[in-house]
Amino acid sequence: MIRLRNVVKLYRAGSVVVPALRGITLDIERGDFVSIIGSSGSGKSTLMNIIGCLDRPTRGTFELAGHDVSKLSDDQLAYARGRQIGFVFQAFNLLPRMSALEQVELPLTYRGGKNQRRSAMKALADVGLGDRMHHKPNQLSGGQQQRVAIARALVGEPSVILADEPTGALDTKTTADVMDIFVRLNRVQGMTVIFVTHEPEVASYTDRVIQLRDGMIVSDTVATSPPLGAIQEHEVLWGPGIKGLRPVLQSEAPA
Amino acid sequence: MMLYKMMRSAVSELGVNKLRTALTMLGIVIGVGAVIALMSVGQGASKGIAAEVNALGSNLLFVEPGAPGEETDTEGFSTASFTLTADDVEALRQSTALPNVEAVSAVSQIPLDSQVTAGGNTAQVTMTATDEYFMAVRDFELEAGSYFSAQDLDRKTRNTVLGSQTAIDLFGSAEAAIGQKVRINFGPFSLDLTVIGVMKERGASGEGSEDEQMFMPLSTFQARVPFARSPTGGQSVSQIVIKVDDSGKVDSSAEQVRSVLLTEHDFSEDFTVKTQNDLKSTAENVGKVMTILLGAIAGISLFVGGIGIMNIMLVSVSERTREIGIRKAVGARRNDILTQFIVETVVVTLLGGLVGVALGVTVALTIDGHEFGTGSSIGTAVTPLSVGIAFFVSAIIGLFFGIYPAFRASRLDPIEALRTE
Ligand SMILES: Nc1ncnc2c1ncn2[C@@H]1O[C@H](COP(=O)(O)OP(=O)(O)OP(=O)(O)O)[C@@H](O)[C@H]1O
Ligand SMILES: [Mg+2]
Repeated sequence: MIRLRNVVKLYRAGSVVVPALRGITLDIERGDFVSIIGSSGSGKSTLMNIIGCLDRPTRGTFELAGHDVSKLSDDQLAYARGRQIGFVFQAFNLLPRMSALEQVELPLTYRGGKNQRRSAMKALADVGLGDRMHHKPNQLSGGQQQRVAIARALVGEPSVILADEPTGALDTKTTADVMDIFVRLNRVQGMTVIFVTHEPEVASYTDRVIQLRDGMIVSDTVATSPPLGAIQEHEVLWGPGIKGLRPVLQSEAPA
Repeated sequence: MMLYKMMRSAVSELGVNKLRTALTMLGIVIGVGAVIALMSVGQGASKGIAAEVNALGSNLLFVEPGAPGEETDTEGFSTASFTLTADDVEALRQSTALPNVEAVSAVSQIPLDSQVTAGGNTAQVTMTATDEYFMAVRDFELEAGSYFSAQDLDRKTRNTVLGSQTAIDLFGSAEAAIGQKVRINFGPFSLDLTVIGVMKERGASGEGSEDEQMFMPLSTFQARVPFARSPTGGQSVSQIVIKVDDSGKVDSSAEQVRSVLLTEHDFSEDFTVKTQNDLKSTAENVGKVMTILLGAIAGISLFVGGIGIMNIMLVSVSERTREIGIRKAVGARRNDILTQFIVETVVVTLLGGLVGVALGVTVALTIDGHEFGTGSSIGTAVTPLSVGIAFFVSAIIGLFFGIYPAFRASRLDPIEALRTE
C-alpha cells in the first residue's frame, strides 16, 4: 500500500544542502504494524512527513494506495491527508481553544458529510475519553491529550495511522496506555500503523522495526517473537481477546 | 466547511482577544460613523437649499444678466453685467406673446448685508430694491401698514417696508415700526427712509432669512445709490422675477420670455432665463458635490481603518501559524484556510460597520439643528442610502483587506507551519 523507491529528500540550509533522506526504498502493506527507529537527525520525521503527505520527496517516487504522491497538487495532498492519513504528533498539536470533541470533529468538517458529531463522539469513546468530550487541552493530562489527538487521527477512518514519537512526551504508564490503543487499532481493526520511537521497549510492540541512520535504512527486521514483557502487558490490559490473536501473528511472520 | 460554522468559529476567535478586536473595529467604527455623519450634513444641506428654493414662491421664472452657462455674479454689482434694464421689464409687461405671465417684478439687491439703524438699535439686513409687483410675484404678505404703490416708484419716495424680524429687532413689533424713520448705511453712503409697512413672517429658510430684509422702491434706489447705476447711466436691474399662472406652463413661458428678450436685445443672448427647477437642480448639485466631498473625506478614514484591519490580520496569521499547520495536517485545503480568515475579517468589519452606523446616526441626530457659532443651523439628513453604502463599503473593506492576510495564511507550508512555536 505504501511504496517508496529511492526517495531522496534534500533540505537547503543557506548554501549548504542537507540530505535528510538518501535513497529510501520501502514497502509497507495494509495491516502492517511498523516502528521506525534511529538516532536523532537520522531522517525519521522527514520520512514520516513524506509518507503522511505533508511533504514531497526531492527525488524518487512515493505511491500511496496506488497513487504517485509526488505528482499531486497541494490541494490533492490535503485531500489525501484528510482521507487516507491519520497523523499523531509528539507535541499533540491540539488547538488550544477547542474542546476535545471539536478537535476530533475538525478533520470531518473539512471533508463534509453527515453525522460528524456522532462520529467524533464515537472516536473519543474508542480511546476511552467518552467522559472528557468538552474538556479543553489545558484541562487534560498529557496522555489524555495524546488520546484526543489519536481520536482525531482515527475519526476519518484513514487507511494508515502515522505517529511521530507519539509517546516522546509521556511517562512510562501513559506510554503503555497510548501504545495499547495503537496495538488494538492494528490487531482488532486491522489498521496500518507506523510510528517513530526512540525507545526500544516501544518498538518491541510492533511486528516490524525499521532502523534509519543518516537518511538510509540500515536494518529492517520482522520480529518473530515479541519480547515477553510486551506480551504480558497486553494480556493484562486486553485479556484473552488479544492473546488469542498472538498465534496468528506469529504464523504470519515471513521468514 | 459550512459558512455557518465558519462564522461561529470566527466570532469565538474574535472573542479570544477582545481588546484587540475592539481596537481593530474602532477604525471601521470611526470610518463608517464619519461617512454617515458627514454625508448627512451634505444631504441636509441639499435638502435645505431645495427648501429655500421652494420658499421663493411658486411658478417663478428668473431672468439674470449674463449669457446662459456663463458664470456671472448674479447679483450684478461686482461684474459688468448690467445687461438687464428697466426697458426689458417694460417690454415683458407690454408683450402680447406671453399669455401665461401673471406679473413681472424687477429686483436689485445688494449682495452684502447692509447696516440699518433706528433709535439706538442696529440690524443687519439684505437690501432689496424692487417695484410694486414684488409682493404678488413672490407671495409676500403684509403684517402691518402698506406696501409701495406705483406712485412711490414714480415719485421715488423714501418709503421702506421691513421684514418681520428686522421690524422686531429695531422697534420691538411690527405695529411699532410703522411711521418710524430708519437709516441705512451702504459703506460711505447713508439714506434715511420712513417705514410704511412690515411683512409677515416667512419662516426660517436657512441662511439669509427673508425676514431680515428691507425693501425700497427700485427707482429711489437707482436715483439715490450711486453704485446702483450702470456705467452707461441706464437703469439696470439685477434680476427680473416673473410669475406664471400655471405650473404646467413654466417651461413654455421661459422659452417665450427668452424670445421676447432676444428681440429686445437685438438677438444677443446676454441674459439667462431660469426656472425654479433650474435653481433647484443647481442647488442639488451643490449639495451633491458637498456630499461626495464629505463622503470622500470620511471614506479616507474608512480606508485607513481597513489598513489597520489588514495589519492586525497579518499579525493574527503569523501568531496562528501553528494552528494553520494543524488544520492543514488534518486535511484543510488552501481555500478552507483562505475562507476562514476572510470570514473572520468580514465579521470584524461588519460588526464595526454596525456600531459605526449607530454612531454616525447618533452624531447626525445630535448635530441636527445646532448652529455651532456659524449663525445658521446645520441640518442633517440620514438616508437609508448612506447607511446602506457605509455598511456595504465596510463589508467590501473587510473582503479587500482580508484577502491578502488570508492568502498568506492559505499558502503556508504545513511542515513549516507545524514547526513554528
Ligand atoms: N527544514 C529543514 N531544513 C534544513 N534541514 C532540515 C530540515 N528539517 C530537517 N532537516 C535535517 O534533516 C535531517 C533529518 O531530520 P529529521 O527531523 O528527519 O530527523 P529525526 O530523525 O526525526 O530526528 P529526531 O529524532 O531528533 O526527531 C537532520 O539533519 C535535520 O537537521
Ligand atoms: Mg523527528
